[in-house]
Amino acid sequence: MASIFQGIGAATSLSSSTLFDSKKLQLCSRRSLSERKTSFVVVRAAGAKMDGGSSGIGGRADQLVTNAVATKADTPAAAAAASKPGHELLLFEALREGLEEEMERDARVCVMGEDVGHYGGSYKVTKGLAPKYGDLRVLDTPIAENSFTGMGIGAAMMGLRPIIEGMNMGFLLLAFNQISNNCGMLHYTSGGQFKIPVVIRGPGGVGRQLGAEHSQRLESYFQSIPGIQMVACSTPYNAKGLMKAAIRSDNPVILFEHVLLYNLKETIPDEEYVLNLEEAEMVRPGEHVTILTYSRMRYHVMQAAKTLVNKGYDPEVIDIRSLKPFDLHTIGNSIKKTHRVLIVEECMRTGGIGASLTAAISENFHDYLDAPIVCLSSQDVPTPYAGTLEEWTVVQPPQIVAAVEQLCR
Amino acid sequence: MALTRRISGLLPPVSTASSSSSFLHRRAFSTDDTTTITVETSVPFTSHNCEPPSRSIDTTPKELMKFFTDMALMRRMEIAADSLYKSKLIRGFCHLYDGQEAVSIGMEAAITKKDCIITAYRDHCLFLGRGGTLLESFAELMGRQAGCSNGKGGSMHFYKKDACFFGGHGIVGAQVPLGCGLAFAQKYRKEDHVTFAMYGDGAANQGQLFEALNMAALWDLPAILVCENNHYGMGTAEWRAAKSPAYYKRGDYVPGLKVDGMDAFAVKQACKFAKEHVLKNGPIILEMDTYRYHGHSMSDPGSTYRTRDEISGVRQERDPIERIRKLILAHDLATEKELKDIEKQARKEVDEAIAQAKESPMPDEPELFTNVYRKGYGVESFGTDRKEVRAALP
Repeated sequence: MASIFQGIGAATSLSSSTLFDSKKLQLCSRRSLSERKTSFVVVRAAGAKMDGGSSGIGGRADQLVTNAVATKADTPAAAAAASKPGHELLLFEALREGLEEEMERDARVCVMGEDVGHYGGSYKVTKGLAPKYGDLRVLDTPIAENSFTGMGIGAAMMGLRPIIEGMNMGFLLLAFNQISNNCGMLHYTSGGQFKIPVVIRGPGGVGRQLGAEHSQRLESYFQSIPGIQMVACSTPYNAKGLMKAAIRSDNPVILFEHVLLYNLKETIPDEEYVLNLEEAEMVRPGEHVTILTYSRMRYHVMQAAKTLVNKGYDPEVIDIRSLKPFDLHTIGNSIKKTHRVLIVEECMRTGGIGASLTAAISENFHDYLDAPIVCLSSQDVPTPYAGTLEEWTVVQPPQIVAAVEQLCR
Repeated sequence: MALTRRISGLLPPVSTASSSSSFLHRRAFSTDDTTTITVETSVPFTSHNCEPPSRSIDTTPKELMKFFTDMALMRRMEIAADSLYKSKLIRGFCHLYDGQEAVSIGMEAAITKKDCIITAYRDHCLFLGRGGTLLESFAELMGRQAGCSNGKGGSMHFYKKDACFFGGHGIVGAQVPLGCGLAFAQKYRKEDHVTFAMYGDGAANQGQLFEALNMAALWDLPAILVCENNHYGMGTAEWRAAKSPAYYKRGDYVPGLKVDGMDAFAVKQACKFAKEHVLKNGPIILEMDTYRYHGHSMSDPGSTYRTRDEISGVRQERDPIERIRKLILAHDLATEKELKDIEKQARKEVDEAIAQAKESPMPDEPELFTNVYRKGYGVESFGTDRKEVRAALP
């Protein structure tokens, strides 16, 4: 793995013109953080993992179409490559579909959280699951985050695969001890004896005037915990794929959803697919500037991108998806092409994901930068209730446009 | 103590005086499994919301001798750990269990290796009771590769997955929700096993304990919460920390039993009773009235908050090993000398294990990055300088 980063200078053969470099695929044997550009791990029914090659279209019947990433209509090749029409659904339904498929597939998968069972989940992600799988498998817990998170972790030590839902990510602060000390560290301190295959998920982020305590971005706080992985979903397609990947992962994964994205609609494939937890998503390829973002800010960036395109800029937008670890491979290749980076995030300025990403990029790709890294984050304030103030707390598209203009001068 | 003894004809009644002089008449005490000895607990059980079990417990000479041997080994291990700590071979925190051995021994006698035990940081003897070896213990304490957690856990993180021993936790009280999770998994899989989630009198005031108890009672989880009440939460006596130090009653709707934790047979009976109860009726709390001779940890002298007279008083009157010794001598199962030999043997085993553990090397540098994540997911990790010490996690 070290060779990828030490050999960055030599690896400029990864040309900027083609996204899908199938030659590179054959060269490397490592699956995940390798030189593959196509984004997913195709999991067949038997559970065997294999690389999704870029020649997916001509592949076997159960192999997934590879480039059905949520690229916008400016890559018509993608649309043509889709083999089946797929079905349309909302993001929370996509999460539910992923969850249900995994529960069907593996009897050890269970859900626990507040109001996930009879109520169907406060955001309807678990609707219909309790009548189908029973009260023990879709467990309604009392309001005791610390202990039901601990309970989930204990169950995972015994071999179950629980999905712990925090009704709002902010409530999981009460469970921080369990997440940090037990979830993250038990595999290490037991010398590898126990694995903790939990998925901790829930909505976070700034909503519509929900107030300070219900608008928290917990990825800032959890990012230092060793032993966990963090992913953030942003579209129905990646929500379902990441949910499935997180459940199948033997590591503890925290899946960050966003309160305002649950009703996004998209057409997703009918076939089963699982996404790679450690990979970023190329939303819009470009030449002038790399914009790194995740979760809801992706939509603000895409809105700004429309304005930027009209003004003659060509931004490359990457949804980093994997918050821990960062997909420095995809990000690095983009930086080597554009030489300018803008990070747009919803975390606060101090100690957020953007801060870590800035540091990571500085250390690894300093020589490729033509300008300092710009990081647009939320203000370092508790999120106010008043609508106007809340708008000013979070990064808005005009600010993104201004930042790109400044960067590309 | 009321004693009844039914001899099945295997043991000739040999008097103590003659047996000590002749190896030829040495009784094979350790293999006698058929004679039943009935023992009474030192004090009756006090119960809350349930019927207490009987005070009379049946045992065999083999079990009595095993209790003695095992407890002597545990005691010796803890004393040896004390001197290793003072010679700076063990660093950090070291919480010793001497005085409380009866809890571990009695519990093991009542359950199987498929029943789970999870405890806090005073875990060395429980690890041994679950089948861990002395070498693994000492090596882990000294941070060597041969340790049960490869040297990466330390005193507070002993685990043994194949014996369902779930550790070994440093944060007070956090293991109780984990224990309820273990019980949840046992119920989910419809296993006929139970979980013993152990904690101390200090942890008994943690909120997560009551949260976990509520959930366990709500869903009838097979969780037995065992409060090892050694009367001091580090330096704070129980009456200074808890408004109601009757920890077995704190479950309210959950039944509880107060047990003399220095009497291995009382512990055995209580655990047996608890296991049967919990498989039918949901959780129960066991309060083990026990005592630790050492301070809270090696950095605590243990005498600033209690008098030396108190410590020596307990040692004289309630020491668990002495109780078993008296039982063995009273039943003529072994002589004083034979018991002393067993203790010498324990010392020898411990010394050998320490010598072997000292030879085990410290973990290599790549070990820093192993077991952070689980195999097969290609996750990267960076060392502090992010350039040199870098590893792709296996």
